[in-house]
Amino acid sequence: MQNIVIVNTGCANISSVRFALERLGVRVTVSAEHDVIQRADKVFLPGVGTASAAMRSIGEKNLTATLQQLQQPVLGICLGMQLMVASSEESRTGDIPCLSLMPGQVKKLNANGKRLPHMGWNTVTHTNSPLFKGIDQHSYFYFVHSFAVPDYPQTLARCDYGSTFSAAIGKDNFMGVQFHPERSGDAGAQLLTNFVNL
Amino acid sequence: MLAKRIIPCLDVRDGKVVKGVQFRNHEIVGDIVPLAEQYAKAGADELVFYDITASSDARVVDKSWVSRIAQVIDIPFCVAGGIKSVADAGRILEMGADKISINSPALTDPSLIDTLHDEFGQQCVVIGIDSFFNEETGRYQVYKFTGDETRTQQTTWQTTDWVKEVQQRGAGEIVLNCMNQDGVRQGYDVAQLKTVREVCNIPLIASGGAGEIQHFIDVFKQADVDGALAASVFHKGIINMDTLKATLIEAGLAIRERQVINKGT
Repeated sequence: MQNIVIVNTGCANISSVRFALERLGVRVTVSAEHDVIQRADKVFLPGVGTASAAMRSIGEKNLTATLQQLQQPVLGICLGMQLMVASSEESRTGDIPCLSLMPGQVKKLNANGKRLPHMGWNTVTHTNSPLFKGIDQHSYFYFVHSFAVPDYPQTLARCDYGSTFSAAIGKDNFMGVQFHPERSGDAGAQLLTNFVNL
Repeated sequence: MLAKRIIPCLDVRDGKVVKGVQFRNHEIVGDIVPLAEQYAKAGADELVFYDITASSDARVVDKSWVSRIAQVIDIPFCVAGGIKSVADAGRILEMGADKISINSPALTDPSLIDTLHDEFGQQCVVIGIDSFFNEETGRYQVYKFTGDETRTQQTTWQTTDWVKEVQQRGAGEIVLNCMNQDGVRQGYDVAQLKTVREVCNIPLIASGGAGEIQHFIDVFKQADVDGALAASVFHKGIINMDTLKATLIEAGLAIRERQVINKGT
C-alpha cells in the first residue's frame, strides 16, 4: 500500500482532499513533519486562502526546504499549486516569494471584465499529460480563485475565463492544478487516481 | 466556458432534510447524507445545506452531519444557518464544507464579513439575503431571522444597498432569496434579480420560485445569474436533473453534463 501524505499547511480544504483520497481507497496521513513528508510515496500540497498566509504558515513549520527537496511526485491543489512557482502577486506588499519548485509567477486573473472570483465549473483542455489520462478534452472541473499562473511553458492544461491561464502546471516531479479535483466529480476523481498511480 | 450552476438546496432540521412553503409548515423529505449523495450523483453542480432553525434559535446546533457529507460527496457544498462567528465558520470549514453562508448575523454585525474574508479568503464567504418586495413602497427590503416566523424582522436595508455593502466588505458570492416567490413554484423573480445583477460584480445565485424547466432558462438568460438554487422541484421529483440540463444545453446555455470517464484511453 502506498504511503500518501497531505502536507498540513493549516489551510481549510485538507479534510476534503483527505476524504476524496479515502473514497479512492487510499490510506492518507496528514502531517507537517519533515520525516513523514520526506518518506511519502506521493505528496499533496493543498491550500485555500492567501499566498502570503500560506507561505507564512509553511515558514513557521520549517517546511520550505523539506518541500523543495522532495523527489517523489508532488501535487499542489489550488493555492497549493500557486505556491509551487517563484512568486505571487497576491499580497498587500507586492510580490511575495513562493517555493520556486518551478518557474512562474502568480498574477491577478485577467478576466477581461468577467466577474471575479472565477467560481464554478469550467472546461479544461490538456496536453495529454499522464495526470489527465482517460479524461476527455473540455471536461468540466471546479474552480474557485481570483489569481492564476498565466499560460506558459510549464502549462499542462489550460482554462479560459476572459483570458487563458494555467489549469495545471508541471516540471519534473512537481505538478499542480488550479481547480479542485476533490470537488470535481468523476473527472476530479480520475485525476487523483492518475496521480496516485504515477 | 464557465457553466451555469444548478444548486439543489437542502433545508436541514435536526439532521433531516425538510421543506416548507414560504418558510412555514416544514415536512420531512429524507435523511441528509443519502440525499446529498443522490444529488451529487444525479449531476448537481453544488449543494447548499441550510440549517433553518439555527440562526433564530439560541441553542448550540449539532453540525456533525457536515463532515459526514464531506466524506461522501465530490462536488462543492455550502453550509448556511447559525454561523455567527469566525470560530463557527472555522469549524464548518474544517469539517469539509467549501463555503459558509451567513445571513442574519451579517446584518446584526456587518464587520463579520470583513473578518471572515480576512481569515478564510473571499472564495468561501457567501452572503445569503432574504429580500421582500413591498408593493406599498415599491421597494425591495432585506429581512432577517426568516427561519422563525415569530422573529422575522424587516431591516432598514434596501436590497441593492446591502448587496453593495457586502461586496465592499469582501463577500465572494451572494444568494438572493426572493421571499415573495419562495416555495410557490411560479418562477424566479427575474425583475428583482436583474436589478441586483446590475450592482453585483461577484457570483449571484437566484433562489426562490423554481417550478418548471422554463424558469431556469428565464433566470439564466434574462437575469444573467451564475447559478440557480431550488429545493422542492428536486425533492419532489418534479424536475429531473438530466432532463433539466439537457434542455438548458439545447437553449444554448453552458451547462456541465454528467461526466462519463473513459478509463480505456
